[in-house]
Amino acid sequence: MKIAVCVNHVPDTEAKIKISSDGKSVDTGGVNFILNPYDEIAVEQGLKLKEKFGGDVIAVTVGQEINKETLRKALAMGADKAVLIKTNVLCDSYVVAEALKNYLQEINPDITLFGKQSIDYDNAQIPSLVGEMLNLPSITVVVKMEIENNKVICEREIEGGHEKVISQMPIIISVQKGLCEPRYPTLKGIMASKSKPIEEKIYNLPENKVEIVSLRLPQSKSAGKIVGTDVSAVKELVRLLHEEAKVI
Amino acid sequence: MKILTFAEQREGKLKKTAYEVATAAVNLGKQLNADVFALVIGKNVSEIASDIGGYGIKRVVVVDNSDLEFYSTTAYAKAVVEVAIKEKADICLFPASQMGKDLAPRIAAKLNAGLASDCTALKIENGNIIATRPIFAGKIISDVIIKTDLKIFTLRPNVFTAGANNGQKAQVENISIDLKESDFTVKAIETKLGTGRPDVTEASIIVSGGRGMKAPENFKLIEELADVLGAGVGASRAAVDAGWRPHDEQVGQTGKTVSPNLYIACGISGAIQHLAGMSSSKCIVAINKDKDAPIFQIADYGIVGDVLEILPELTKEIKMILGK
Ligand SMILES: Cc1cc2nc3c(=O)[nH]c(=O)nc-3n(C[C@H](O)[C@H](O)[C@H](O)COP(=O)(O)OP(=O)(O)OC[C@H]3O[C@@H](n4cnc5c(N)ncnc54)[C@H](O)[C@@H]3O)c2cc1C
Ligand SMILES: Nc1ncnc2c1ncn2[C@@H]1O[C@H](COP(=O)(O)O)[C@@H](O)[C@H]1O
Repeated sequence: MKIAVCVNHVPDTEAKIKISSDGKSVDTGGVNFILNPYDEIAVEQGLKLKEKFGGDVIAVTVGQEINKETLRKALAMGADKAVLIKTNVLCDSYVVAEALKNYLQEINPDITLFGKQSIDYDNAQIPSLVGEMLNLPSITVVVKMEIENNKVICEREIEGGHEKVISQMPIIISVQKGLCEPRYPTLKGIMASKSKPIEEKIYNLPENKVEIVSLRLPQSKSAGKIVGTDVSAVKELVRLLHEEAKVI
Repeated sequence: MKILTFAEQREGKLKKTAYEVATAAVNLGKQLNADVFALVIGKNVSEIASDIGGYGIKRVVVVDNSDLEFYSTTAYAKAVVEVAIKEKADICLFPASQMGKDLAPRIAAKLNAGLASDCTALKIENGNIIATRPIFAGKIISDVIIKTDLKIFTLRPNVFTAGANNGQKAQVENISIDLKESDFTVKAIETKLGTGRPDVTEASIIVSGGRGMKAPENFKLIEELADVLGAGVGASRAAVDAGWRPHDEQVGQTGKTVSPNLYIACGISGAIQHLAGMSSSKCIVAINKDKDAPIFQIADYGIVGDVLEILPELTKEIKMILGK
């Protein structure tokens, strides 16, 4: 089975994000970057499929040289090969999806795994975009997955429950927490990752369709009222919620 | 100019987000002097579709097909695209629900359009639609414009408030889309709905528990309060990772982003990743025994104390005030 996993290189969840002086971009200087947490789950799922069905796991990223750190992490977890599709400017989801489409068309994986969302720009667009661009079925936000012969049976999260979905390979899947627990790279894996190949690709890509016009910090909230320090405060709290905040 | 507003239905009922998005579309339509129509897709949905009229929509296009009982990414995408083309829509609005987020990028790719997802505000400046969207888990707020002629937006649930239903009915126009078996390469075959409590992304009140709840059985206290309030139940990652709660209740950067009217955080410290998912809640209550817990920094009201003692009292008091 040929398995591709698309991975993004994103600021650590703890990172403090600063706005650059142009007011339109973020200054990531000094920020620690990680493999996007959902993509870590996608890599794990890819490795599990390989263990079950055999084949290769190829990690793909779109970005700059620095994204290779994230590819190394995927390789250390056990991916066989990695690909960096090089771009310079900040691309919107559509452009990243085009880049991925170009590469995936060349290698025709049986299954392409994504995270459900990048935790930087929080778009949650790319898996469905790529699905449509390649005219392939896609199932997003998957928490359970089985493959039998060519048939893919998944459960995806919906509001208040799950939806059971059937489809077929080749397919695009985006994964959600709960599908599986990503493994930690072993020392051996980390050593091996250093000698695994990272291929580089460049494509002609379209212009961004969505443009950031300005960035700002959210309005900071001031700490509120401590109503009390034990059960006796409950009455007053309920009064405040009812009469002042009017939320109950 | 023409605006398509996608009115999501599940199991033959329009969702609350359908009304939210419709209201936003009507507002946008007024400012842009544009025609607004709704689109409803499903099986036996013609009747319910007219209800969208209560929110200021005069016309609703309905794709009613017995094969569309359950959601199908590919078949829905085909239907939306055909309607958008036929109607010459310039703007398409979807809810940023699981369905809307799954569907909207497919429409964008098919029609070569820009998509701004999970928007929390739309405004017009110099004729441009400026969409506001939180990024980096709400640590930064971005304003974006879409440069393509067709513009697609998904709107975060619970942020755009639906107008009051004025009881009007929209004029229903059925349109038939030729759907073949090959259009159903992805197809839901069953929905498994959980506890009957609202999902955290849709709930207007959330009662959420963390490691401070001490044990899974103590979440009964959270559920009791939630049920009195008609609220959803949320959890911190610590509670989910401990196996106390299902992961679909997790609120935070790697869980769900919520913006209810009231968020009650019980035994949750307020780690940055948790705040990322809930800090835009309109009113936040924190119950924590540690007065220095970061959650108090963003709470509107707090009680410093043992949550296991406070919760039962709180449920009792709220029952009383609600006359239950
Ligand atoms: C990549 C990454 C992603 C993450 N994503 C998320 C996410 O999406 N959502 C999320 O929530 N976290 C997330 N986290 C984890 C986050 O950093 C915290 O570890 C987590 O939120 C802590 O959960 P907690 O507040 O329940 O537990 P703790 O931090 O252990 O806090 C428990 C609190 O309960 C209080 N307490 C204890 N006993 C009582 C009592 N009897 N009565 C009252 N109060 C009591 C304590 O004072 C304490 O403040 C993420 C972390 C990483 C690294
Ligand atoms: N630059 C990128 N390179 C490769 N894959 C990406 C990139 N950005 C996003 N993805 C994939 O697309 C998923 C959804 O991302 P997004 O639509 O940006 O929220 C991520 O979880 C990744 O699997």
